[in-house]
Amino acid sequence: MAAKIITITSGKGGVGKTTATANIGAALAKNGNKVACIDADIGLRNLDVVLGLENRIVYDLVDAVEGRCRLRQAMIRDKHIPGLFLIPSAQTRDKTAVSPSDMVRLCNELRPDLDWILIDSPAGIERGFRNAIAPADEVIVITNPEISAVRDADRIIGLIEAEEKGPGQLIINRLDLKMVQQKNMISAEDVVDLLAIKLLGIVPEDKEVVISTNQGIPISTNDHSLAGEAFRNIARRMLGESVPFLDLEEKGLLKRFTSIFGSGGN
Amino acid sequence: MSNFLDQLFSRKPSSATQAKERLQLVLINDRTALTPKALDNLKDDLLEVLSRYIEIDAEAVQIDLTRKGREQRLIANVPISGPQQRQY
Repeated sequence: MAAKIITITSGKGGVGKTTATANIGAALAKNGNKVACIDADIGLRNLDVVLGLENRIVYDLVDAVEGRCRLRQAMIRDKHIPGLFLIPSAQTRDKTAVSPSDMVRLCNELRPDLDWILIDSPAGIERGFRNAIAPADEVIVITNPEISAVRDADRIIGLIEAEEKGPGQLIINRLDLKMVQQKNMISAEDVVDLLAIKLLGIVPEDKEVVISTNQGIPISTNDHSLAGEAFRNIARRMLGESVPFLDLEEKGLLKRFTSIFGSGGN
Repeated sequence: MSNFLDQLFSRKPSSATQAKERLQLVLINDRTALTPKALDNLKDDLLEVLSRYIEIDAEAVQIDLTRKGREQRLIANVPISGPQQRQY
């Protein structure tokens, strides 16, 4: 085994990096993979609560980096999903406690025993972001169909290219199909056209996400949630399966909609 | 719904179209690190240099930044006006 290291980043805060990391990690593990999710947002720990593991933390990322514990001791086993692990971030330190080379060393140590290492990047383009992308084999850029999030995603893609980590792959999160049909939200197709990188998945807006986060259970384990299905599809694509995108339906609907009312397209 | 009717009966572009058009400009400026003002200055300078060598109609010259995928390109379309006289 030699894990693939994937960093999930966005530039802008609040677009769904942590939710995506937790859910893709859970879906990969449910497929029989051994997965570690690393929270690289030092000082603003959050992946633990999204995964519902906040009460199990003894050691964190900074403890492991500074040698106060062995790396294994900082890996928290998920309550429900075998093969899923969390390395929590430190809450009381700042982003300078860890360097990019610390992250590379730590990931190299983990790599032989895992299938996937997912790194949840902090927002911004400073030290925390550099730490998160340093060990990455590939980068996933997540954005919302909103002007500020798309702009920041474009900036991040430029920085990833400059670091020679490839252009990355794109997840469009919180797409509201109804608003797209009413032409009040940029479509997934337009976001892909603007950012010009490979699309990995489209996650629809879904109130169930808030509910499952309240409960500390990843939405990708919920068979009745659209967002959950979208995250499971992303994991399947990462595992090499070809799964059709949501926007095929979206375009079909849009076409029908515009032909009924006779208003022109774009 | 009122928003939808507004769009149906007016020529105002939808907010999604406005967002896309604004983003197209902002991304080009971000990627090239050229502000719209700097781009205007570049065009003026370019015209000045060109007119030192050839006779051009400044109004007919088109200089635009375009993008294809993640690549930006400065495209100048410069029609040369009239029969040219050798300058030296």
